[in-house]
Amino acid sequence: MALLEVTDLRTSFHTEDGVVTAVDGVSFSIEKGQTLGIVGESGCGKSVTCLTIMGLNPKRNTVSSGTAMWKGKNLIGAKPKELREIRGDEMSMIFQDPMTSLNPVHSIGKQLIEAVQLHRDVTTRVARARALELLKAVGIPRAENRIDDYPHQFSGGMRQRVMIAMALVNDPDLLIADEPTTALDVTTQAQILNLMKRLQQEFGSAILMITHDLGVIAETADDVLVMYAAKVVEKANVDDLFSRPQHPYTWGLMGSLPRLDADVERLTQIPGQPPSLLRPPSGCRFHPRCPYVMDVCKSKVPELEPAQHDPKHEQACFLDPQTKDREAAKLLAATMAEAG
Amino acid sequence: MFRYLVRRTLWAIVLFLVIMFVTFVIFFMAPNNPARAVCGGDQARPECLVLATEKLGLDKPIYIQYSRFIGRLLPVSRPVSFQGGVHLRQPHFKTPSLGTAFATSEELNQTIIKAAPVTASLVIGGAVLWMLIGLTVGIFSALKPRSLLDRGAMVFVLIGVSAHPVWIGLILSYFFGVKWDITPIANYSYFFGAPADSGLPGGPWQWFYHMILPWCTFALLFSALYVRMIRANVMETLNEDFVRTARAKGAPERRVLISHVLRNALLPVVTMLGMDIGVALGGAIFTEGIFQLPGLGRTAILAINNQDLATVQAVVVFATVAILIFNLVVDLLYAWIDPRIRLT
Repeated sequence: MALLEVTDLRTSFHTEDGVVTAVDGVSFSIEKGQTLGIVGESGCGKSVTCLTIMGLNPKRNTVSSGTAMWKGKNLIGAKPKELREIRGDEMSMIFQDPMTSLNPVHSIGKQLIEAVQLHRDVTTRVARARALELLKAVGIPRAENRIDDYPHQFSGGMRQRVMIAMALVNDPDLLIADEPTTALDVTTQAQILNLMKRLQQEFGSAILMITHDLGVIAETADDVLVMYAAKVVEKANVDDLFSRPQHPYTWGLMGSLPRLDADVERLTQIPGQPPSLLRPPSGCRFHPRCPYVMDVCKSKVPELEPAQHDPKHEQACFLDPQTKDREAAKLLAATMAEAG
Repeated sequence: MFRYLVRRTLWAIVLFLVIMFVTFVIFFMAPNNPARAVCGGDQARPECLVLATEKLGLDKPIYIQYSRFIGRLLPVSRPVSFQGGVHLRQPHFKTPSLGTAFATSEELNQTIIKAAPVTASLVIGGAVLWMLIGLTVGIFSALKPRSLLDRGAMVFVLIGVSAHPVWIGLILSYFFGVKWDITPIANYSYFFGAPADSGLPGGPWQWFYHMILPWCTFALLFSALYVRMIRANVMETLNEDFVRTARAKGAPERRVLISHVLRNALLPVVTMLGMDIGVALGGAIFTEGIFQLPGLGRTAILAINNQDLATVQAVVVFATVAILIFNLVVDLLYAWIDPRIRLT
């Protein structure tokens, strides 16, 4: 049985301008100890998917449906108290911006101890020892001296390490990482990703890695979900996705990766803007930006279907398999040529 | 920390001297003659005027009067005379004195000691009341924006900031004091028993009973301001990332609110509170006027009517010192509750 089984998840926000459906029929599952990556542009609904699973959306104007089965319990519509017991214990989350995600008026030790004591009935001394253990595990130098320091005394990378320590302090089964490296500089990004991979082996947690960076996906994920405008457009094993991408949007994402070795004036980009979720385009939501657009794309909504070469590779596009394979091969050849 | 204190204290002394001088200059620019007021206004006899002018030191230039005033305030006396290279009297310690009132020759130290507790009980009690209202209403309307309570609170804020305390005081005094006879209409009652000659009732209960309406009047404007500020701060802090982190840790809402939201949202409120109390201690003129409380504000008003510079100056001294001290206390308190601030 999968650790987390999400089926037909939908989340809508009621705003003054109308109803925005930020997550529209998303399904996926995560196995124990595995890493699932969700990739997509800003505003495609990847963060909202996680917040919905964690029950962290603002209650006032949010409606969610579908199921998210966690150890036999449906998290969607669960009582706040039940969700609270799971959050930070069995399932924890780290956020994009480590500069603002820690409370500035409490020492990091106090915040870690709080995380322990919210779920474990232990003395402060025991919780503090656990906190120190985690700070050492995430590589904070001289952790015993720094445990009583405040967040502003740490750099961005160190704060993200603290966030990871706080998320792992109760040994969770699932760690949701919402763009954990986006706000960090490149060398720190690599350190944090390596740290997460090492800790995953040590703690055996599954990871749900949200990012807009295909590099991060290639580095960390086992399976990948590509999201566009609140919907999943492609779902595959990471190797298969990179060797035989099946959706024009995924091609666009891969084509727009900057390369150090290619001497180009401009980076390639996907033309146009991501659509407004207030009034999404008819048919396939990618059709206004798609270079392969056909008449059927404008009227009919493509469903996720198994690809021809591998039934585990799912995609939502009307193009014929031959064209897809040809384009994927072209993209791969171009990548290889650039790589020299 | 120590260096910070020394620097702040030196700066406070400079500020103090400047404020005193400005008060002096303003009083001298005004076209009036305090000696005339002492001798009974228009019917003043010339001999009286001469005597009073000399006694009050009004014939001396302004800087002499100013330095005499500062000299009285210093806790050390200067050597009196200097003959043949020998000090006749060595400098010695003395009690700082505010001098005597022009009109009544009363010791001004005594005037202030009598009036300050009245103003202090008005201000401190008022501050407790406005913080109670500000915190409860502010926090609840931030948690449930656009609710009935929130909208009601906004109406209250609008009234509070628009209505003048004199009008509020009179209305409260008319309904609660005159019409329904629930509270006293005016007057003060001393906490530790009234002075024998005042003929006023005394004791804690009477004090409380007499202060209810002044507190309400005084607190209304401030509670309106504080409701609005606390509401805005709490709402802003609720959207902070670290609040989401606290929820993601599994903290119950109550704990999120108290330990994570309020601690951050109330930091600026501490600053405001300290400064407002400091300023108000200089005399809540309107409230004291309406309810005839013999506090600093009323003392100052009476003194201005009598052209009594010495008394006005005494109140200004007290108010200035109160504000300077409260600002310093706020800074120290702030460094203590907000770890990001270091005093250097």
